[in-house]
Amino acid sequence: MTSSLNPRFTFETFVVGAANRLAVTAGRTVAENPGSAYNPLFIYSGSGLGKTHVLMAIGHAAKTIAAQLNIEYLTLDEYVEAFHAAIAAGQGDAFRRRFQNVDVLLVDDVQFLTNRKEMQAELLRLTEALQQSGHQIVLASDRPPAEIADLDERLISRFSGGLVVDMGIPDYETRVAILRRKAEERGSRFQPGVLEAVAKVEYPNVRELMGALNRLIAFQAVNDTPLNEENVRKVLGIPGTGDEARGKSVSRPATPASSGGGDEFSQFLSDVTVTVGKAVEAWRARVAEAVMRWEGEGYRTGRLEKLLEQETPAAVDEAIAAYAQDVERLKALEAEVAVLDPQAAGEKVFRDPDHMDAAEAAAAKVRDGAAPPPAPSAAFALDTYGAGSSNEVALNAARDVIAKPGKKYNPLVIVGRSGLGKTHLLNAIGLELLKKKHAIVACLSTQQFVDELIAAIDGNRVDWWRARYRRATALLLDDIQLLAGKERTQEELFNLFNHLVDADRQLIFTAPAHPNTLDGIEERIVSRLEGGLVAEIAEPDKELRRGMLERILTQHRIPLEPALVDYLADRPIESVRQLTGIVQRIIEAAAAQDAPVTAGLAREVLEGAPAPRRTTGLRTSGIVVSSAGGVRSREKMVWDWPTSADRVIEDLR
Amino acid sequence: MSLVNFTTREITCKIVYYGPGRSGKTTNLHYIYGRVPETRRGRMVSLATQTDRTLFFDFLPIDLGQISGFATRFQLYTVPGQVYYNATRRLVLQGADGVVFVGDSQARQLDENIESLQNLQSNLLEHGVDVRAMPLVMQYNKQDLPPELILTPPELDDALNFRSVPSFAADALHGKGVFETLKSVSELVLKKLAAGSPTT
Repeated sequence: MTSSLNPRFTFETFVVGAANRLAVTAGRTVAENPGSAYNPLFIYSGSGLGKTHVLMAIGHAAKTIAAQLNIEYLTLDEYVEAFHAAIAAGQGDAFRRRFQNVDVLLVDDVQFLTNRKEMQAELLRLTEALQQSGHQIVLASDRPPAEIADLDERLISRFSGGLVVDMGIPDYETRVAILRRKAEERGSRFQPGVLEAVAKVEYPNVRELMGALNRLIAFQAVNDTPLNEENVRKVLGIPGTGDEARGKSVSRPATPASSGGGDEFSQFLSDVTVTVGKAVEAWRARVAEAVMRWEGEGYRTGRLEKLLEQETPAAVDEAIAAYAQDVERLKALEAEVAVLDPQAAGEKVFRDPDHMDAAEAAAAKVRDGAAPPPAPSAAFALDTYGAGSSNEVALNAARDVIAKPGKKYNPLVIVGRSGLGKTHLLNAIGLELLKKKHAIVACLSTQQFVDELIAAIDGNRVDWWRARYRRATALLLDDIQLLAGKERTQEELFNLFNHLVDADRQLIFTAPAHPNTLDGIEERIVSRLEGGLVAEIAEPDKELRRGMLERILTQHRIPLEPALVDYLADRPIESVRQLTGIVQRIIEAAAAQDAPVTAGLAREVLEGAPAPRRTTGLRTSGIVVSSAGGVRSREKMVWDWPTSADRVIEDLR
Repeated sequence: MSLVNFTTREITCKIVYYGPGRSGKTTNLHYIYGRVPETRRGRMVSLATQTDRTLFFDFLPIDLGQISGFATRFQLYTVPGQVYYNATRRLVLQGADGVVFVGDSQARQLDENIESLQNLQSNLLEHGVDVRAMPLVMQYNKQDLPPELILTPPELDDALNFRSVPSFAADALHGKGVFETLKSVSELVLKKLAAGSPTT
C-alpha cells in the first residue's frame, strides 16, 4: 500500500541550484527536527523537477538521524486507495490510527485532491491530528495550495500555515552539474562540450534532461566514434541547427495524410471498438466489480476470477449471487465464531468462499469446543428443596432472582455451613434460570472453575475460555472460598464479574461464611460480593427436618410411621446431609436384618451398636482415611458429631 | 505489462513490428502515424541513423479514447532488423501483447525472413513466451515491386506461415495492407485478453 523510499533519492544525490536551494534547505531542516520546524512543509514545482526526490530525501535523512522514527511515503492516489480499501473492509478507524502514528508522513502528488471532497476532509483531519501530536507532514504538489482547483479553504490555510516552497527549473549551471553527476553515475564519459551543449537546451524539466542524457549514452554505446558537440544536436534533434534526424522521422509519411486517411483510422477505431465491446462485455465488468469489492473486503475471489477466464460462462449473475451468499454465510460464521472464540475468528478459512465446507467445519469445531459452560445439575430441583424458617430468606431471595435475574439481587451470595443445602439451592436456581429463553447458565464449583482456567492457560485458549463464560446469562459458582490464594482466577473472575454485572446477568455464589470473613480473597472481589445480597441458611429447624424426613422416607418407599418420624425429627442434627446419612444407615440396617424400618430399629441403630460401615458414596464428614493404616477401626471414627449446643455443655463440664 | 486493468479501466496493447532489416516495419508505423488524427497520437519517437536505419526502435503511442468504458491505448513498436541488434530486439519484445511479422517479399530476402522468424521465436522463448500463444500476423511487404523480383503471398505463406496465422499482402509505403494488418493483430490481441483474466 505504501511505497518504500527509493534508496537513490537522497539529499546527497540531489543537485542543489539556485532554483531549489530553499526547498532543499527546508527539507533538511524538517528532517533534522521533524514536527517542530516547518509543519506542514509544502513543496511544489513543475513535473520532473525533483519533488519526489526531495520528499524521499527528507525521509532518508530523518531515518538516518533517528532510526526509530516511523516514516511513510505515499502518493495521494495510494492514500486514497488505502482509504477506500479500509472503508470497504470496515477498518476506517484502524486506517486513521495507522496514519496518526506516523512520525514523518510524506505525501506526494497532492494536486490530485481536486474534486475529492471526502479525501480533503480526511486529509484535513489527518493533518490536524499529526500537527497536534507534533508529527511532521510534508506534501508535494505540482502547484501551490491556492491553485489546486476546488481545494477546501481550510486545507489551503493549513497547508499555507507551515512553509510553502517552490522549486524552479534549474539554471544552466545546475543543468551542467546534473548532467555531469548523472553521467558519472552511469559511468559514461563524454567529450568536452557535449554535456554543455545538452545543458544549453532549455528542457522544461530534469526528467526530459535525463531522457536526453540517456539517448546520448545509448548512442555513444553503439557508435565507435564518441559524440561531439556537433552530432549531439543531431542526435537530440535540437531544432535550429540539425533537425535532420528528428524532422525526417516525423515528416516522412510516405503518402499525404489527406486522401481518406482519417477514414482508414476511423474504420480501424470502429473495428477495435466492436472487438473491445465483445471482449470486455458487460458481464465481465460486473464480475470484475464483484472481484474488486470482495477482494477489498479481504475475501478470496478465485471462483469469480475463474469466471473471467471463460469465453462465455453461463449464469454469471447467479454465480455472483451465489458467491455473495457464500460470503454472507462466511460473515455469519465468523461472527458466530467471534463470540465463541475470538482467536479462531481471525482464521483465513472464514475468508475463502471457495472452501465453504472448510469454513463450516472450522465453525463446527469451534462450536463443539465451545460447548456451553457447565450447566446446573438436574438432580437439584427447586421443588425438592425443603423450605423452612431456617432458609426462608435465602429461598425468597432465590425466588426473586429467578423472577428477575440480574435485576434485583446481583450478586446473590448464599452463606451457610456445609450440608445445609447451599449447593442444592444454587443448582435449583440455575435450573429455573435455564428455563428462560436463550439462557446459558454456568453453574459449577469454584474448584472446577479454577481447573478449567488452568487447562485454558495450558492450552493457550484463555480467550476462548473467557468468551465461553462471557456468553453466560447467569454465572453460579459454588464454594467461592476456594478462590483463596488463586490470584489469576480472582483476576479473571473480577473481570468476568464486571462484564456480567454490566450486562445485567445474574451472579450467584455460595460460601461457608460471610465473604468478608473469608481469607485469601481479594478486597475488590469481597466488596463486590458484599455489594449484592448475602443470604444466610441456618441449621434446619424441626419443621424443615420433618419435611425432609418425610420426603426421604417416601423416596425409599418406607411407610411414614409417626413414631419413626417424630423420633428422627427430634434428633439433634446440624445439616440436611447428616439427616440423609442417618436415614440411610437405618435403611441399610433394616435391609441387613430383613426387618421393617421402625422407630425401634432406628433407636437401636443410632443409640445401640453402631451400624456397619456405609458403603454408599455419600459424602462423609470429610476426614480422609488412609487405607495404609492409621485410623481404621470404626470405633475411632466419629460418625455423629454432637450438636454444637451439646458440645458447649461438654466443654463447660 | 498489464493488458486490461479493471481497476483503472484501461486497456493497453503493446504491438511489436518484427522482421528482417529493411522489410518496412518503420514504414508501417509512419503510415499509421500519418493516418491517426493529431489528438489521438503521441509523439513518434524514432531513433534512426543518417541512412534511415532503425537503430533502436520506433515507438508510436495511439490513444483510441474510451471504448466500452475503457481508456484504450495502443503502443506500436518496431525492432531494429539487423541481426546484430538482437539485445535491443529482445528488450522491445518484452511484454509485447501482439507481434506483426513484416516479411520482405523479395525472393532474394527469403532466407533473411526465415532467419528473423526463427529469431522471433527464440527471443520470445527467452521471455518465456511460446510463439504459438502470442497473437501473431504476417505481413508480406513490398508487393508493389516488379513481379519477377518478389514471391506471391501464397508462396510466402508456404515458406513462412506454417502456423497458418492471418497474413496480408502489403505495400507499406503506399499504405496498402497496413491498417488491415494492424486491425487483424488488434483483434487477436483483444480476443486473447478477453479470454485471459484481468491483471493489475
